[in-house]
Amino acid sequence: MFETIILILDATLRVSTPLILAALAGLFSERSGIVDIGLEGKMLAGAFAAAAAAAVFGSAWIGLMFAILASVALALVHGFACITHRGDHIVSGVAINTIVAGLTVTLGLDWFDLGGQTPALSGDGRFTSITLPFADALADVPVMGLIYSELISGHNILVYLAFAFVPATYWVVYKTRFGLRLRAVGENPHAVDTAGISVAFVRYRAVIICGILCGLAGAYLSTAHNAGFLKDMSAGKGYMALAALIFGKWRPVPVLLACLLFGFLDAVAVRMQGVALPGIGEIPVQAIEVLPYVLTVLLLAGFIGKAVGPKAIGKPYVKERA
Amino acid sequence: MSDEHMSNDTHAYAIELKGISKRFGSVQANKDINLQVPAGTVHGIIGENGAGKSTLMSIIYGFYEADTGSIEVDGQSLTIRNSQDAIRAGIGMVHQHFMLVDTFTVLENIILGAEGGALLKDGVAGARKELKRLEQEFNLEVDVDAVVGDLPVGLQQRVEILKALYRGARILILDEPTGVLTPQEADHLFRILHALKEQGVTVMLITHKLREILASTDNVSVMRQGQMVAHRVTKETSKEELAELMVGKKVRLKVDKDVPKIGETVLKASDLTFVDGQGVERLKRVSLELRAGEIVGIAGVSGNGQSELLNVLSGITPMSAGEIQFAGRTITASAPCNAAQMRELKMAHVPEDRHKMGLVTGFEAYEAAILGYHDRPDYNGSILMNRKAMLAECEERMAAWDVRPPNPHLKTANFSGGNQQKIVIAREVEQNPDVLLIGQPTRGVDIGAIENIHEQIVKLRDAGKAILLVSVELDEIMALSDRIMVMFDGAVVGEVSGAEANEQTLGLMMANAWNEEGAAV
Amino acid sequence: MSQAKVPVWVNVGLIPLINILLAFVVSALVILAIGENPIEAAGYLVYGAFGYDEGIGYTLYYATNLIFTGLAVSVAFKAGLFNIGGEGQAYIGGLGVGLLCLWLDASMPFWVIAPLAILGAFIFGAAWAYIPAYLQAKRGSHIVITTIMFNFIASSLMVYLMVNWLKEEGRMSPASRIFEENAWMPYLYELFEPFGIDIGDSPLNLTFLLALVCCVLVWGLIWHTRWGYQLRTVGTNATAAEYAGIDNSKVTIWVMLISGGLAGFVGVNEIMGVNHHLLLNFTAGYGFAGIAVALMGRNHPIGIVLAAILFGALYQGGAELAFEMPSITPEIVVVIQGLVILFSGALENMLKGKIEALFTRPVTA
Repeated sequence: MFETIILILDATLRVSTPLILAALAGLFSERSGIVDIGLEGKMLAGAFAAAAAAAVFGSAWIGLMFAILASVALALVHGFACITHRGDHIVSGVAINTIVAGLTVTLGLDWFDLGGQTPALSGDGRFTSITLPFADALADVPVMGLIYSELISGHNILVYLAFAFVPATYWVVYKTRFGLRLRAVGENPHAVDTAGISVAFVRYRAVIICGILCGLAGAYLSTAHNAGFLKDMSAGKGYMALAALIFGKWRPVPVLLACLLFGFLDAVAVRMQGVALPGIGEIPVQAIEVLPYVLTVLLLAGFIGKAVGPKAIGKPYVKERA
Repeated sequence: MSDEHMSNDTHAYAIELKGISKRFGSVQANKDINLQVPAGTVHGIIGENGAGKSTLMSIIYGFYEADTGSIEVDGQSLTIRNSQDAIRAGIGMVHQHFMLVDTFTVLENIILGAEGGALLKDGVAGARKELKRLEQEFNLEVDVDAVVGDLPVGLQQRVEILKALYRGARILILDEPTGVLTPQEADHLFRILHALKEQGVTVMLITHKLREILASTDNVSVMRQGQMVAHRVTKETSKEELAELMVGKKVRLKVDKDVPKIGETVLKASDLTFVDGQGVERLKRVSLELRAGEIVGIAGVSGNGQSELLNVLSGITPMSAGEIQFAGRTITASAPCNAAQMRELKMAHVPEDRHKMGLVTGFEAYEAAILGYHDRPDYNGSILMNRKAMLAECEERMAAWDVRPPNPHLKTANFSGGNQQKIVIAREVEQNPDVLLIGQPTRGVDIGAIENIHEQIVKLRDAGKAILLVSVELDEIMALSDRIMVMFDGAVVGEVSGAEANEQTLGLMMANAWNEEGAAV
Repeated sequence: MSQAKVPVWVNVGLIPLINILLAFVVSALVILAIGENPIEAAGYLVYGAFGYDEGIGYTLYYATNLIFTGLAVSVAFKAGLFNIGGEGQAYIGGLGVGLLCLWLDASMPFWVIAPLAILGAFIFGAAWAYIPAYLQAKRGSHIVITTIMFNFIASSLMVYLMVNWLKEEGRMSPASRIFEENAWMPYLYELFEPFGIDIGDSPLNLTFLLALVCCVLVWGLIWHTRWGYQLRTVGTNATAAEYAGIDNSKVTIWVMLISGGLAGFVGVNEIMGVNHHLLLNFTAGYGFAGIAVALMGRNHPIGIVLAAILFGALYQGGAELAFEMPSITPEIVVVIQGLVILFSGALENMLKGKIEALFTRPVTA
């Protein structure tokens, strides 16, 4: 039983990782007032670029670089539409998601001729597990040993990075000048403008950070969690990250918890397949899978707490005539 | 904070504007403005709403760039392209709508844009110390760790002032600073301004309230319709003179009208009160009666509750307290009546702002001509709307009201202001209402159309309608009204009959500076 | 008072056309990057879509779905709402159709089943839009986010129902039994056959006519009824709507019901018209494509029909193209679709001001 729990938690960490990265990405963008439903597309583009570059260059790190480049490029398109041309944030996000869904397969087929997939990666083409010091030695210690060797040790670098980004994000958002301006611009861009700061520049930097983190999330999918790119492999994770962002009320630590919760539900759903619980019977997998979305809707409806987003979110900034 | 180059020599000007002009589309917001503000003084800028005061200040603060003209600060010619430039030149501004982030603490708000380092902790300690000093020097106590959204508006304003001073402002512009303050808070503000002046800060106070100008300024400049019309030393002027300068001596509008044949009371409102979302009391126990065959004018500087009065009477916004008796019904906060129901009871409403409220500018004229009456059987079959009837009626009205061009298919946005207004007035009047609420009937309307609109209003009165007229144009109020009520700060502060009214009396009432003996307070 | 006026044809014709051209130009660049000739590719596309009877049939069959979802998005847009949940509403609409057919196909004739199934599709689709609509109107929950969430909830619900309840015994894939033929929407080629007219075998069925009827109904609703009047007022000037005594939240709810119901009609075309049994993922992105159709069609039924046919042609021609040029996948169509959304939607302001300035002429009214 204990071992099962550890295994479920271990799986939770692995499924949560891309959610955490993407949700933090969304946090930067949305805190600056730019709605981003294009997390999905940027992640998918990152996954494709990472797998493609890793396949060509044989290095996961080069893959990662390309993932970030691709994702940032899309983030800039989003910024160009929403910040520079005051376009609709939602429409722009949908456009990016759609373009990427088509383009990854189109380019994939042309480049690798594998029906839209990339070649299977192995060796240096993937981010492999890191065994932390003494993990093997301590594996036999009761309780703590298993927790250390199974749960804490044995993940790839991106998992650790994702978790490290949570305090880092907290620090940037709450403890730095940039963070102060970022939060201000999402709440009241007029206040920022009258304080002599460029609203557009703050927002552009925010969407670029968003792009970098989405690139990491994508690279994780194709070069760490899996060994190559598959069509539509982000499979709604970007939207789920968006849900986690709302569920965590746009704050780093609660967002992390939301991602872990959603990841946990996912891990449990896999385990629960066909398992009858005593007294309850078999719980349909779909009922668990759907919980993140249902919870988010309930939250938005104000039934569990209240989700108050950045006040200026989604509104193009226009200097008003006094 | 370098104040070496600042001198207390009153011959030096802190700010000098030369020939500033600014257009927004077809609106000339500022026209050839010249202004000299002596250093170390409190300088008032007074004018009605829409006179161009805020635009002018936004130009000084770099929010807009002037089309022509130049700005000199401390005798040096400057180009102020953005707020950063203004801040660097030692100019600070407290906007009418505060530029604060509600979710931030006072400290965070103040250091925003002047953080003193890439990490917040680099600057925070210094900022606290500097703020302590400023608080003491200028008597501006505020808890720097409080969240701004939780503070009362008076304190929020203090945060804005601190924000400017923290950035080293030696010239402080306050745009309508007392609009959101209680009288006590306003008095406190004036003491603060006085303290600032003592410390050598130059203050520019933008307001439409005469009392404030007289109470707190050294000099005053008057703006009207985008132009600077007069400069006075405050001590040497009077309320009467300023009121006259502000409103302007225009050609007295002549409207031919007979003695009113006043009938029964049609609408009776008692103690109407309206509290807005921010908890500010916008209407304070307003009572009024409208009688058939009478035009009641509501005079007042705009922003004193007139709009709220119209919205509450017409059912657009629910009242907070009080009651309206109309058409056999008693309407209260617990038994409200929405805009559609009020129309059913035969109340028509020409709103103050035809673009925001009275029209859907994307609609063709014949569509806009039924807004609010779109459910009437005249315009509807059982399912489809009767477009033929709508068009025929629209054409008929366009002819009767001389709307040009008489094209019911033209988008409403493409008519001139006067013709748009005619479409609205025709729509409301032709429903044969018992009560007609009219807000700013001739705002943005050319002279020729004004006369026509006025004639129509008088004709309606003679046809036995009860009319409530809200206008910031004193001439219009005086020319049309049989009875005039004056609103100030959400309350009715005076009432005179149309025959007795004169500009001076009304002007003083509008500034809430009138006593029964008939002299300025 | 003089005002600048831009000729109508610039706004309705030229600017949308330029935006679409931009989307096509970028698409052509993608094809060039793959190493194929875009003009040749366009040739295959056009031939595949319009070159022969069957191709035209397929084009119109795809267009049928796109008309429904395009109308769904437009109706909501006109009231200032962004219904991004067409996908889920279509899915649940299909469920309604499927359940009705499974229930009645053994006992009822076609002329009973068909109207009931159409009604069922509408009610199920509308019901799926109701909750987000209600939450937006009464509790201020952002409808974009809730409708996205409802897409996923719909998807999980369908998997659950198909796997656990509706799957036919002995089938590998989660799909229901095939309906009896009296629950099939007749193919148009079948209807034409008795008259000796051969239009080529294609999945194009009677639902296409339903789509055209919907266009007329939506056009009538929006521009010729008092409800449409309210809807447009709320969508363009909410303050004026309040002034006119229009209940914004009521309008929000019924507009979304109509929008969801329209999306639900995709189920009629797919389930009754083509697949003849309930299955998973039959919506295949039509809900999202509806956004592109609505944007390109400028939210007007005529524009939507044209845009739907254009996209239908891309879907069908894309298949042909992939066949003729093996290095190109049908997904190229999705790229084009995304680019259309980008240029005619998100970047619509990019060129608008500049083009309008070219054509501005002052008028004195």
